Amino acid sequence: MNKIKNLADLRKMKDELQNKIQLREKSDSPDAIIQVKVGMATSGIASGAKEVMNYFTEELEKRNVDALVIQVGDMGYCYAEPTVEVTRPGEDPIVFGYVDLTKADEIIEKYIKNGELIEGIIPANYHSID
Amino acid sequence: MHLLVCGGTGCKASESDQIVANLNAELEAHSLQDEAKVVVTGCFGFCERGPIVKIIPDNTFYTQVKPEDAKEIIEEHIIKGRKVHRLLYVDPNSKESISDSKHMGFYQKQIRIALRNCGFLDPENIDESIARDAYQALGKALTEMTPQQVIDEIKKSGLRGRGGGGFPTGLKWEFAAKNASDQKYVVCNADEGDPGAFMDRSVLEGDPHTVLEAMAICGYTMGADKGLIYIRAEYPLAIHRLKVAIKQALDYGLLGKDIMGTGFNFDIELRYGAGAFVCGEETALIHSMEGERGEPTVKPPFPAESGYLGKPTNVNNVETFASVPVILLKGAEWFASIGTEKSKGTKVFALAGKINNVGLIEVPMGITLREVIYEIGGGIKNGKKFKAVQTGGPSGGCLTEEHLDTPIDFDNLLAAGSMMGSGGMIVMDEDDCMVSIAKFFLEFTVEESCGKCSPCRIGNKRLHEILTKITDGKGTMEDLELLKNLSEVIKDTSLCGLGQSSPNPVLSTLVNFWDEYVEHVTDKKCRAGQCTALKQYIIDAEACVGCTACARVCPVNAISGERKMPHEINQDICIKCGACYDKCKFSAIFIK
Ligand SMILES: Cc1cc2nc3c(=O)[nH]c(=O)nc-3n(C[C@H](O)[C@H](O)[C@H](O)COP(=O)(O)O)c2cc1C
Ligand code: SF4
Repeated sequence: MNKIKNLADLRKMKDELQNKIQLREKSDSPDAIIQVKVGMATSGIASGAKEVMNYFTEELEKRNVDALVIQVGDMGYCYAEPTVEVTRPGEDPIVFGYVDLTKADEIIEKYIKNGELIEGIIPANYHSID
Repeated sequence: MHLLVCGGTGCKASESDQIVANLNAELEAHSLQDEAKVVVTGCFGFCERGPIVKIIPDNTFYTQVKPEDAKEIIEEHIIKGRKVHRLLYVDPNSKESISDSKHMGFYQKQIRIALRNCGFLDPENIDESIARDAYQALGKALTEMTPQQVIDEIKKSGLRGRGGGGFPTGLKWEFAAKNASDQKYVVCNADEGDPGAFMDRSVLEGDPHTVLEAMAICGYTMGADKGLIYIRAEYPLAIHRLKVAIKQALDYGLLGKDIMGTGFNFDIELRYGAGAFVCGEETALIHSMEGERGEPTVKPPFPAESGYLGKPTNVNNVETFASVPVILLKGAEWFASIGTEKSKGTKVFALAGKINNVGLIEVPMGITLREVIYEIGGGIKNGKKFKAVQTGGPSGGCLTEEHLDTPIDFDNLLAAGSMMGSGGMIVMDEDDCMVSIAKFFLEFTVEESCGKCSPCRIGNKRLHEILTKITDGKGTMEDLELLKNLSEVIKDTSLCGLGQSSPNPVLSTLVNFWDEYVEHVTDKKCRAGQCTALKQYIIDAEACVGCTACARVCPVNAISGERKMPHEINQDICIKCGACYDKCKFSAIFIK
């Protein structure tokens, strides 16, 4: 792997990576990729986040949905674990709580495929600095 | 279109189910069920103004909606596209009605600084962290700032240690920088021993690079090239993620030798703790890392003079470190603009106990307990009455109703007889007995005392015995006096912070819930019904039909009486097991 040689290098790399991620996050082209973030901190995993994550990875592939499944840290909604955040291209992210395999299936079929909201949404109640 | 209806406990209690039914009926009446859909969601955390209905995609936020409003919402908003103004939220300050939830003050209540990346990026992929500014602050410090400039910036920001003591971080770094030595160490305290606390774990699991970066920055300011993270072995996932992160940072040359071509070297290693609470105390932690017994020693010398292996060492908490890179990138003024006069920035709390939205929150210093408990926490579970909130972990104090509007910061909590601690926040309701609560926390400190000094080792044990005596109904008024005096002595004479703070739960409950102690002692009564020994099972002679079922089930034969005649319980024999109470079909037995 190439070492980062100086601060300018790091800044350049940041810009490139950010563009890549922003493309992923903000693109308006309808077939741009959907992002599924699974909260995989200790509490999430203890309540089954790992199975949910595997399920999303396998099922989205099987059902030919172009989506990116990533693990992330604690989202703070511990009372509703496992939690999954889905971002459809060009839309605000939506967080679903108490996601089990049945719910995951519903999320794929209804929200990911058709943008149809389903029960179990957790409203975000904080804002993060950028 | 979607209509989101809050299905949180609070809103459910105020008929959100009926709202859903009415909205659906209205949609059907207008044959709109294919155009718009009603969705029940989790709590919006705005229970005070529930029930809430939010319309998507235009983000209109209706508050205090009643079932009969459904018709108007559908006919006006959904069909005609006109907002129902009377249901919009009115900002209490500007008196303007606000339609978009993103602009409501309430949503600004939580600000994530230490947790800024938790839940946003894949902690095992350094590229995602880099895209979100990881190592930019380190690069800036190394190439554009002198060590003293970095220290000054941290000092100016007003950042204080998040591990409990609240010591100014910049000042601490300066001490460590001033002590010349051939070798110095940066230590990250990830012991997190408070029961129920998991803020540090969440930061390490969700954003390990930010901690690594901050440790390197600290190393640069004080002239250390070695960092150690002391983490409890019970945190396998955090350990795994740290290992992955360290390796990736080394591969990129963001840790290790000649970082970003600046000639600065910094390596980080992990050290595992066995999970003793006292090992979170910095001197005990250092001894534990040296392979000695994890016992505290007297300060001074402070770690900044003589720490790990006798070398100058700077110990900071995980959350403290996690706040550092942002300060360098966004500036000290920005950080200092958040919070109160003497406590800047935000604090992460683990909200637990009898509260609806148990979880991890990050709020600006100066927020009130009321806002945390009712607006973010969604209020008390099952509509019960709030009784107390314990802040500061096992050795914090219990605060009451009268403290609900006190702005939370280091100094106010101390003044109120509690402390910030590492950020535990346990909410109690009317069903909690405060004497038992004090006893419960003391059990923990008795268990975790390292035993090195007698006030803590013996004193806490005695405190616990006296509390047990009281909950067993054998306490006297003299015992209450003794509790108080002994607590003061333990606080004043213990060697380390554990003993110095362990009587806090006792002292604060004595002050805030004196009546409850007196009731236990003089009336032999526990108003919360938690102290079994003080319970009395009594048979209501009017209701008793004399079926003998209770007498047959009593394991100690405390119940006597003729068939078809009212029975009686001999209180001297009764062991308060409650078997008779469960058995009685005529509700003739009650608890006093
Ligand atoms: C009994 C006891 C337990 C402690 N446990 C922790 C802990 O788990 N994590 C922590 O960061 N600090 C803990 N501390 C505080 C540390 O001694 C030290 O003050 C802190 O790590 C300094 O970091 P800060 O200035 O960033 O807060 C504890 C202190 C005492 C007395
Ligand atoms: S106060 Fe308690 S924990 Fe601290 S050194 Fe003394 S005995 Fe050990």
